[in-house]
Amino acid sequence: MRHIISMLLENEPGALSRVVGLFSQRNFNIETLNVAPTDDPTLSRLTVTTNGDERVIEQITKHLNRLIDVVKLVDLTEGAHIERELMLVKVKAQGGAREEVKRTADIFRAHIVDVTPSVYTVQITGDAPKLDAFLQAMAPVGVLEVARTGVSGIARGDKVLSL
Amino acid sequence: MELLSGADMIARFLKDEGVEYIYGYPGGAALHIYDALFRQEDVKHILVRHEQAATHMADGYARASGKPGVVLVTSGPGATNAVTGIATAYMDSIPMVVLCGQVMSSLIGEDAFQETDIVGVTRPIVKHSFSIRHPSDIPTVLKKAFYIASSGRPGPVVVDIPKDMTAPTERYEYSYPRKVRLRSYNPAGRGHTGQIRKAVDLLTSAERPVIFAGGGVITGRASEALTDLAHRLNLPVITSLMGIGAFPQNDPRSLGWPGMHGSYESNMAMHESDLVLGVGVRFDDRVTNNVSKFCPHARIIHIDVDPSSISKTVHADVPIVGAADSVLNEMLNQLGQRQPAEPVSLDDWWAKIDGWRDERRGKLYEPAAPGEPLKPQQVVEAVHRITHGDAYVVTDVGQHQMFAAQYYRFNQPNRWISSSGLGTMGYGFPAAMGIKLSYPDEHVVLFTGEGSFQMMMQELSTCKQFGIPVKIVNLNNASLGMVRQWQDLNYKSRHAHSYMESLPDFEKLIEAYGFRAITVHTPEELDAALEETFRSKDELVFLDVHVDPREHVYPMQVPQGAMCDMLLSKTERT
Ligand SMILES: Cc1ncc(C[n+]2csc(CCOP(=O)(O)OP(=O)(O)O)c2C)c(N)n1
Ligand SMILES: [Mg+2]
Repeated sequence: MRHIISMLLENEPGALSRVVGLFSQRNFNIETLNVAPTDDPTLSRLTVTTNGDERVIEQITKHLNRLIDVVKLVDLTEGAHIERELMLVKVKAQGGAREEVKRTADIFRAHIVDVTPSVYTVQITGDAPKLDAFLQAMAPVGVLEVARTGVSGIARGDKVLSL
Repeated sequence: MELLSGADMIARFLKDEGVEYIYGYPGGAALHIYDALFRQEDVKHILVRHEQAATHMADGYARASGKPGVVLVTSGPGATNAVTGIATAYMDSIPMVVLCGQVMSSLIGEDAFQETDIVGVTRPIVKHSFSIRHPSDIPTVLKKAFYIASSGRPGPVVVDIPKDMTAPTERYEYSYPRKVRLRSYNPAGRGHTGQIRKAVDLLTSAERPVIFAGGGVITGRASEALTDLAHRLNLPVITSLMGIGAFPQNDPRSLGWPGMHGSYESNMAMHESDLVLGVGVRFDDRVTNNVSKFCPHARIIHIDVDPSSISKTVHADVPIVGAADSVLNEMLNQLGQRQPAEPVSLDDWWAKIDGWRDERRGKLYEPAAPGEPLKPQQVVEAVHRITHGDAYVVTDVGQHQMFAAQYYRFNQPNRWISSSGLGTMGYGFPAAMGIKLSYPDEHVVLFTGEGSFQMMMQELSTCKQFGIPVKIVNLNNASLGMVRQWQDLNYKSRHAHSYMESLPDFEKLIEAYGFRAITVHTPEELDAALEETFRSKDELVFLDVHVDPREHVYPMQVPQGAMCDMLLSKTERT
């Protein structure tokens, strides 16, 4: 099953490589990885999506928790949560396709953020399936380049991941 | 507050931390630190002949004392030479602090002379690592390193120290940090009371229970509580290889250690048990054999300080995260408070266990007849007799290691010292040296093989320089015996590179360093030679015992079988 594991990480050099290294060393898989600073300059937030049965996920969370740099960790998929990913995608936009791309972007509530005579750059946010669906819809027109941030997520409701 | 340079802070911190010995080797990036060591007398530095030996010395000391061993090496090749020893300590959860010199911070990343990203290289084999960013951080970083290395589930910590951090010209305020706190690191303490109650319920109602105790009982100083519990409930006790000594082997409840070359009765008992109480063990593959056939009738209680050890290979029915000592004492507590209900009789279980013991009694090996080449097993037994079973026993890796574990009997923790998880040939000699330095009034015996010894024999020179009188028993079978055994069993005796041609004349080799060697070939010569070897505790003696190269280690679990599937000799199997 797919899991979204999100953690607060000491903002120390080497911390990220320890997390990534753990995954390769123990043969765990990483589907997406997203890291950025938080409002607290001493902490980064790292979110990883991974696949595995219950036993594997338990091992992943335990080993992550064992890393000294991991301050706090949550498996978002254990409860109600919001999952978002941002994608920038360049598509061919010439002739009739220009209108088609614009229409599809509107349906997906995506934005065209850059324009040339032959190319549109589209920005879209959503969960992973929505982004996949958009790419599929664009395939006939011609997708030139894709940049995705990887999943970021947060629990629904009052629950917070903080110190 | 005092003003000290980074290098002086390191020396001073080590003193304040109570470190008596550090083991190391100098080089450019570490020279400021070496100069600081030169200008003080509290911390004694032992100059090894290869950095790997420094890590094994620190490791041996740590296993015997329970305190972290400290290593100092230079950048680049100094640090990479230490890698095997760091990995060895990591696999066996041994507390160690490795201080590595590094090129100046302004040069990092430029492939400078003797630059290696040692933090990167060692990342998968350390509990944690630090790079010093500012000299004033040195005391707190070192304190954190010692704290992390020695608390919870211990392990090695690497501290990378760029040369400019130790420059003699710049001075900073120093004070010894008595305590450090890490917001993201809280080693487990007491176990969950409810879980412990469940465990006690299971323990008191099981019909065929066994205790399976590991190295965590020794590092967690829980031998006494474990022994109490075993006595209270009359439980059979099996220890892992790392756990040898956690429970006295002269106690009738001891079944020895299980696994690949474990005792017949311990493998049988564990396989047949209906309840395994695992304490500070990690159920590794050398014990379980094929996990899917592991303990088919048993429920598993697993106590460990490290939650990631629990249910890693074997599913735990009752997981208990906590320090072994505290959890076992809480179990004893709860047992004390219970109504003395009719206890489940373990008589049938013990009768079964005694049956297994009787089956193999007197059949373990055939001692050599007069004039015949000695059997390694009988040499270990003879060493056990002459040292009254209370020497520090250190081993290298191979058949001799297994024979030592099988035939020396341990009644105290911290006396059996062996690289178990990594199986590092070359470990033994330096580890023994590290112990002897700190325990000069004890016998420290190394069981080694001619293969393993040659991996670290340059340390004879260190022994000469610092006067480190270990006793070396070389079980010389003129072959990489353990490899040869596997080739006999799996490759139709095609001995691909498992023989040792051109062995040195060990007597001459040892004498070249000014020590005494005694060579023994037959049973008749053995006792006198041992008398000579163990007469004093102040002389290094190398006993070159030529043993029968055809001997195999048995029992030996059948690959992919259950624990109870064993070869018992060259002709018998279960
Ligand atoms: C550094 C290292 N290299 C290789 C091995 C694989 N290995 C395990 S036992 C062994 C043979 C050891 O020979 P020796 O020290 O003579 O001991 P014996 O088995 O003959 O008692 C070898 C090569 C190892 N454990 N460690
Ligand atoms: Mg040998």
